[in-house]
Amino acid sequence: MNRAAALLRSRIAIFLLVLVAAAATGPIYLDPFTIISVTNIFIYVVITLSWALFSGPTQYISIATAAFFGIGIYTSALAGESMPFPLVVCLGGVASFFLAFLVGLSSLRLKGMYFTIFTFGLSELVRHFVLWWETTKTGTVGRWVVQVDPLPVYFTMLIILIATIAVCYAIRRSRYGLALRSIGQSEEAAEHMGVNTTAVKVGAFAVTALFVGATGSTMATRWTYIDPSIAFNPLFSFMPILMATFGGIGSMTGQILGATVLTLLADLLLTRFPYYYMLIYGVVLVVVILFLPGGIMGLRRALKALRRRESYADP
Amino acid sequence: MHLGFYCDIIIGGLILGGLYGLTAVGLSLQYGVARVLNVSHGEFIMLGALAAYSLYTFLGINPLLSLVVTGPLIFVLAFAIHRIMFQRIRRISPTPGAFEGNSLLASFGLLFIIRNIALLSWGPNSRGYQYLSQSVRAFGNVYAVNRLVAFGLALCAGIAFYLFLVRTRLGKAIRAAAQDRDTAQLVGINIHRVLGLCFSIGAFMAILAGSLVSMMFEITPNIGLPYTIIAIIAVVLGGLGNILGSLIGGLILGLVGNVVMAFSPALSLVAYYVIFLLLILLRPTGILGKRA
Repeated sequence: MNRAAALLRSRIAIFLLVLVAAAATGPIYLDPFTIISVTNIFIYVVITLSWALFSGPTQYISIATAAFFGIGIYTSALAGESMPFPLVVCLGGVASFFLAFLVGLSSLRLKGMYFTIFTFGLSELVRHFVLWWETTKTGTVGRWVVQVDPLPVYFTMLIILIATIAVCYAIRRSRYGLALRSIGQSEEAAEHMGVNTTAVKVGAFAVTALFVGATGSTMATRWTYIDPSIAFNPLFSFMPILMATFGGIGSMTGQILGATVLTLLADLLLTRFPYYYMLIYGVVLVVVILFLPGGIMGLRRALKALRRRESYADP
Repeated sequence: MHLGFYCDIIIGGLILGGLYGLTAVGLSLQYGVARVLNVSHGEFIMLGALAAYSLYTFLGINPLLSLVVTGPLIFVLAFAIHRIMFQRIRRISPTPGAFEGNSLLASFGLLFIIRNIALLSWGPNSRGYQYLSQSVRAFGNVYAVNRLVAFGLALCAGIAFYLFLVRTRLGKAIRAAAQDRDTAQLVGINIHRVLGLCFSIGAFMAILAGSLVSMMFEITPNIGLPYTIIAIIAVVLGGLGNILGSLIGGLILGLVGNVVMAFSPALSLVAYYVIFLLLILLRPTGILGKRA
């Protein structure tokens, strides 16, 4: 059993290495349009993994992803001209990290739904505050962002993606991952077992914001023009929730799969039929919650269980 | 002159607050009692507003009378939604916390479905119509009749619903379900029906609020979310499960919003959020709620 698991793990590792190699050499044989849509997939995989790293095991549903993403974007708009691109990306991540740290310290003692409402209020507050600041203090609503070529953007996103996957994997397998899961199952019991729940929650929340902020800083350079309603679009809060739920909140493979499939669907539909796309989005969310509690990965498990039952039934 | 200015702000705030109170009472039934944090509440308001607009412009039906048709329709629809979606979610969710999370996500799905169906059928343009827009003079200021009518109706609906809650058997069942679901079930209340009714009455109030909105403001399929957010804030302000508290919470928000609007229009939403964030951090049980 153990050897089979080890074999499987080494196979997955090889598969991942091949995937990374393919992604790193991608620009040689892919056309520019494909590069941009692959970059899109990277974005959503990163924010989905980040969201699910914290909200999945702890069951604290955060709707603040858009706030962290937007902070990254504004970092890029403010610092893009005076600093080199990689530094801007790091700065965006760090700014989001600190925002999430402060928010986490003040809000993570709220339980369940109150935390969710709080995070939603927070991202809207940041959006309206920036809007108010820009209109009354600086006199403009939007800002220009220094443009960066698609290829550096692609490689930066690839690096962020690899870092996110590595960190998520490491955290999930470490005792901190166990602590996060125990918080989701019974916070009180976790506390009694000696888990410093506040530290674990705030830490995980801030780490996830780091990647989201860095992604925001990177992507801002592609849009060239931003304003508060673009930067803090609530869609960036909902998308990771939908993608993780669709793929399967419990497994990283599921999250990556969900983000990839739905991003491809978005590329296909969003520009031509935006209303139909959002309609489908809603239907998928409802159907998954009603009938597929484990997402795609849950479906696979259910099928496997079904097949096993059938094979037992065979004489 | 100064007195008139303040009077104007306060009366305008009360009018707005009446509307907010109505939407908050609707959400309070759905969240406080049925435990479904229905983020698509505002979309029902938007639907009510657009339906009233269409019935008035194309068929010439009085927006208040059209409620006789749209009200029962939405009531049945909401009851069906509760039965098909939220009852199933309650069954498959292992814990009450999981139920709240799942039903929140499902209502996000509902939000996208309703809004985009509305966008597909009405288009994104903003619309409006003139109904009872002649002005009257009161307290040294001029008001449009439709705002006063809207305020009066919102208040009447609030009071009528309050009487329904405290005077009827069904109202008592709803209050019992709000306090303790399991015990309510033990004393013979059909909890699924009561929760379904709460959800439907909430949707009905959203439709009523929507037709009032359509008389006063321009409407688009995108107006829903701000009303949802204001309703959530008002519900938390009044204390979860406290229906009268939600009405008062709505009135307070309307007043505060109008005062801030008079001094710095762009800040009114920021003011709501600041109130909300402070409230949720300092006193999450609301101003009328019991201490935890």
